Amino acid sequence: MSEPAIRVRDATKVYRRFQHKNQFRTLKSALLTGSLLSDLTPDQTFTALGGVSLEVPKGCTFGVIGENGSGKSTLLKLVAGITKPTTGSVAVQGRISALIELGAGFHPEISGRENVMINGIMLGLNRRQVQERFDQIVRFAELERFIDAPVKTYSSGMYMRLGFAVAIHVEPEVLLVDEVLAVGDEAFTRKCLDKIGEFRRRGRTILIVTHSLGLVEQMCDEAAWLRQGQLAASGDPKRVVDEYLLYVAGGEEQLLARERDAPAPTEAPPGRDPNEDQVLHGYREGRWGAREVAIEKVRLLDARGRERHVYTPGEPLIVQLDVDVREPLQDFVFGIGLFTADGVQIYGTNTHIESYRARRAAGRGSVRFVLEEIRLVEGTYLLDVAAHRRDGTPYDYLRGLHSFRVKSHTKDVGVHRPAHHWEFSGGLRLEQPEPRPELELGEGDG
Amino acid sequence: MIRQIRTLFRYRLLIQSLVGRDLKARYRGSILGFLWSFINPLMLMLTYGLVFTVVLPGFRPKTEDPYFLFLFCGILPWTWFSSALLEASGVLIGSGSLLKKVLFPAEVLPTVNVIANFVHFLFGLPILLLFLILFGKLTPAALLLPVPLLVQMVLTLGLALFVSALTVHFRDVQNLLGHILHLWFFSTPIIYSTEGLGENMAKALRFNPMTHLMKAYHDLLFNGEAVLHRGLAATAVVAVLALAVGAFLFERLRDTLAEEV
Repeated sequence: MSEPAIRVRDATKVYRRFQHKNQFRTLKSALLTGSLLSDLTPDQTFTALGGVSLEVPKGCTFGVIGENGSGKSTLLKLVAGITKPTTGSVAVQGRISALIELGAGFHPEISGRENVMINGIMLGLNRRQVQERFDQIVRFAELERFIDAPVKTYSSGMYMRLGFAVAIHVEPEVLLVDEVLAVGDEAFTRKCLDKIGEFRRRGRTILIVTHSLGLVEQMCDEAAWLRQGQLAASGDPKRVVDEYLLYVAGGEEQLLARERDAPAPTEAPPGRDPNEDQVLHGYREGRWGAREVAIEKVRLLDARGRERHVYTPGEPLIVQLDVDVREPLQDFVFGIGLFTADGVQIYGTNTHIESYRARRAAGRGSVRFVLEEIRLVEGTYLLDVAAHRRDGTPYDYLRGLHSFRVKSHTKDVGVHRPAHHWEFSGGLRLEQPEPRPELELGEGDG
Repeated sequence: MIRQIRTLFRYRLLIQSLVGRDLKARYRGSILGFLWSFINPLMLMLTYGLVFTVVLPGFRPKTEDPYFLFLFCGILPWTWFSSALLEASGVLIGSGSLLKKVLFPAEVLPTVNVIANFVHFLFGLPILLLFLILFGKLTPAALLLPVPLLVQMVLTLGLALFVSALTVHFRDVQNLLGHILHLWFFSTPIIYSTEGLGENMAKALRFNPMTHLMKAYHDLLFNGEAVLHRGLAATAVVAVLALAVGAFLFERLRDTLAEEV
């Protein structure tokens, strides 16, 4: 293999924190006491990235995942050359374009046309190159009608679209993407992904930092997982994502355990309609309710009653809730919600909707929601489980705290995999696919 | 310093477009638009002109006639100098998103301020030359104008680099600078001439590089004498020194810029 497109060698980035008192010292006092240079010396340090080494071969699409604050964006900034590593080295072959903040450097007062020109030059094109690509850029951003209006009149979506369009048309050899695809509507996000796919096909190198595990699995050839500034895993994206999920699942169990011990933490005021939360802020994990009916344990079980987090399509999945009812009560409903990793609801139901009549709940018990067959495509799915009153007032609402993965050989797309088969007749002859056993699973633990 | 000049040269296209953007954006939405480029110094000139011909006529240097024109010769380049520095002091903080998110040579930004204000100066220049012709003051000596302009460019650039980088760490520079420039304005023979001053005062003012620049402008434009004083040569040395110091400080603080803005 030739020279890698990106080579990061033992890179450490130490951010310097300046002590509080110095922050508010004035230049005058610094000059008077002659401490100008010493004031510019840090007192405290924070290691954002500690000795990370990785290589991204030419033409590879490389995903970086990790929790917030794990150093993903710092890594990207190092590769982009915006900051320099404190120790270690970063080498990049070829022209870089960084989709870190779209439209950074747009000037609100001047027209989109002029901003495209300047932004293009800022990203390393010359005037003629921008002119050549101008029509493509505008068409891609779908801003033909507004291109001569000042940018301040644009909606934020238009702004982002134009920013993305310019950055992507710079034709970089190395493209850095930082979580920017979350902007814009579905259609535009799709378009951006298509464009990135086109880059892949043309053998460009792409480094993506994202929270979307699905994206990493679908698009990346390799992936790395950063945990607290260290490389926790790297290599095959599916394996990395799995390891990451197992780690996150472990963290969730601990979080749940912590919350069980705490008296009554609420992340949303009790009685609030959880759907409102979803509409206003998007899907956010959390737990609320006064726990008159406490969900003490949530387990995902396979057909043999073993706890698992990874399933194959067609398998049964059992969600078991162990509950504890403090005071006997008659008004209770158990509910389940199933979501994609990006928070789109796939299914939701509860015992009330399905006309189960609640008679009495007291003491301990368990609820089993038996999904007879998982009819989902490959991906990560989140679960809401809840106990609440008939009017929706929650006793205990656990949103998105449990997840499972579905793995499959078949790379069909979407969310739901309906039961189906193909039939052909006449002059069409297709060979039956080789029957392939679904993936070896079962060793997963809690 | 050499390295920075090379960087600036490499990014000349970007500087050029940013200057263009700056000029376009500045007066967009105002009715008079580009006219403001020379209305501003014109107004400043009128204000001081009124004060020193009507309110306080005693302070006016009687030798310099017409006084308005004398004022204009000094105020126009001073406006370039002071606006450039004031804008440069805030430019890095104001462009935080650029520094943090785009690979971008930061020194381009203060340079753009200096050049954009120079262009404003150039817009005002024809008006000044027109007045000079009207009063029969314009002589071929004006052809030497590029010399003091170049010196002032280097000096302003050096100071702009210095204050822009320093402001990132000490936000008070921005506030302080306004007052310093105010004081500086009155310590420079713009509204008065050195001839009318006491000997000690005139000596003291020699340490102000702007004094020599102003003298050059007055000589070349207002007096129409093709002389370049020794003081201007000394100022040129100071200017290069300022650029070296500014470039050094900027380089030294460069890595912290993206983190601190």
